Amino acid sequence: MNVTPIRRALVPGVAALALLLSACGGDAEGDSGDGGDAADLANLSGEVAGGGASSQEAAQLAWIAGFTTVAPEATVTYDPVGSGGGRESFISGAFAFAGSDSYLTDEEGELTSATERCGGEAPIQIPNYISPIAIIHNVEGVDDLNLSPEALAGIFAGKITKWDDPAIAATNEGVSLPSAAIDAVHRSDESGTTENFTDYLDAVAATQWDAGVVETWPEEYGGQGAQGTSGVVDAVTSGTNSIGYADASQAGDLAVANIGVGEEFVAPTPDAAAKILEVSPPAEGASDTALIFDLDHTTAEAGTYPIVLTSYLIACQTYSGDEAAAGELAKGYLSYIVSAEGQQFGADEAGSAPLSDELSSQVQDVVEGITVE
Amino acid sequence: MTDTTTDQPPRLDDSGSRATRAGDSIFSGLASAAGLTILLALAGVALFLVIEGAPAFTASGESAYGKDNIVVYVWPLLYGTLLAAVLAMVIVTPLAVGLALVISHYAPRRVGTYLGYLIDLLAAVPSVVYGLWGRVVLAPALLPLYLWLSDNLGWIPFFDGGESGPTHGRTIFTAGIVLAVMALPIVTAICREVFIQTPRIHEEAALALGATKWEMIRMTVFPYARSGVISAVLLGLGRALGETMAVAMVLSGAGIITIDLIGTQNPSTIAANIALNFGNASGSKINTLIFSGLVLFVVSFAVNFVGRWIASRGEVKG
Repeated sequence: MNVTPIRRALVPGVAALALLLSACGGDAEGDSGDGGDAADLANLSGEVAGGGASSQEAAQLAWIAGFTTVAPEATVTYDPVGSGGGRESFISGAFAFAGSDSYLTDEEGELTSATERCGGEAPIQIPNYISPIAIIHNVEGVDDLNLSPEALAGIFAGKITKWDDPAIAATNEGVSLPSAAIDAVHRSDESGTTENFTDYLDAVAATQWDAGVVETWPEEYGGQGAQGTSGVVDAVTSGTNSIGYADASQAGDLAVANIGVGEEFVAPTPDAAAKILEVSPPAEGASDTALIFDLDHTTAEAGTYPIVLTSYLIACQTYSGDEAAAGELAKGYLSYIVSAEGQQFGADEAGSAPLSDELSSQVQDVVEGITVE
Repeated sequence: MTDTTTDQPPRLDDSGSRATRAGDSIFSGLASAAGLTILLALAGVALFLVIEGAPAFTASGESAYGKDNIVVYVWPLLYGTLLAAVLAMVIVTPLAVGLALVISHYAPRRVGTYLGYLIDLLAAVPSVVYGLWGRVVLAPALLPLYLWLSDNLGWIPFFDGGESGPTHGRTIFTAGIVLAVMALPIVTAICREVFIQTPRIHEEAALALGATKWEMIRMTVFPYARSGVISAVLLGLGRALGETMAVAMVLSGAGIITIDLIGTQNPSTIAANIALNFGNASGSKINTLIFSGLVLFVVSFAVNFVGRWIASRGEVKG
């Protein structure tokens, strides 16, 4: 119901954007793929169903709206059932493609099942959605806050309880920190954001944060619980001396902390977030068609923001038989998502970080390699 | 049953023409179908909860959200549910009785009627709106009060506030206030109805004996309405027990047990916990959440049952 007005508003915008980009692309580097794609996409028709990670929901809605303007006859649906549900439905064949916050592993046999589902070929796995998790805060008189990983972990573990604690003051010279209790806000629901955040804390400050990687906040660490991203943002906004973690796109007017990486402090900008995939090593099981990474949270690389949510697209290398038509569409849609304009559109609409140029071309090659028989 | 039917049939058969008899049977069929639907729906819900919740009996570790067993997981939630609901009732009972008295006995009839409408309007506000109001307006507004309570009355365990004092207003006390406002319409409406039904002759007799208005109310209205007020409060309690969205939004809950009403961490409630975690749950975690729903179902059922029983007992006496 909401889609229609959005689509309506988007059509002129995307059309203009597409014109602009195709004009630019033309004289920059006659990339043979781009021109051909646009023509191919316009001829696509039919329906394809995908779904999975709810973190991607806003971006997927934007991409579907954008894709519909270049391929008006095509209908794509994305059901935000959650990463686990998405992988399950992909394996069962209900989804032609899936979005997932974690890559496929064989811990529970998912990779094997997915390979069987794709006719014996390993499924493709590509990062398509990167979003920095910002540390938002609302402390009187403090706009610029630098936090070392240890201080951040200490605050959220309930071990640092005052804003003028030496651990915070050490990295904030010249800032007058109030001698007030810290109101640390976390998600009260089970959440992928919490999982990514604690994954970071566990990696960089295991001495302060000893609860490991969790989706549900460990209650012994205290703090204020709030429902959903909007709840956390609300609680931090209306609170005093509060701090919380939330998707950077939802931070609004709140001040965001710079996080210590190596010798410097980095703000959660899209570029800095996208950079983490460049400095992270490929995960076990990575291949030419599975561009999967184990995020290197402990990186000291300059200009990298380390608290990041990455989400992957999972699809088959080959679609055949009954699924050929859907496969054709899925390929078109995926190629739109990972294209430069798709990534930029996602960034504008959903606040995600566009893939870096190098990774972007790798990902596009993988999608190009999808065949339909 | 059979006795009464054999006693009665002549009267039933003789009354009315053929047309009304058809109408009678249609209406009685519809009415019984409606009654049966309720029973079936209730049985269906109970059956669903039992079947889906049963596997959670043996849940532990991952499927019990990191707790050792299901009891350890559900008990703090049940405690929070009861605490929030009881708090709400402590707040709402004097308020509702007072309001109902104003409407039925003190205010001029027209003013009372409008006041009644206004209170009934509270019932039409969606619980999400109450949640937003509690989260954005009420909680920050109450924080100074909690700080004061913790500083000055901190020796009372209820107002301890924790080590570093309250840091936010989204406490179980706030949740209790929101629940009280939400339960206010139903409790007030029932109290008002039973107060109005006090026999006029009792009231006049009390006044004739020289009682003041307040004495008259104490001597005639309250004794007459006692069972009605109790059942009103228990119905309100049922409402507060099952409230989901507002609590999920207002309360900063965790699976803990504490009698500190204004601390940073508060016991969560069953309904709010289900709402918070169902979206992301899969596999055996769903069973665990449904089992907690079964516990809530049984508790709400018991509360309503007791409410009805007290009300009916009062009627026999009165």
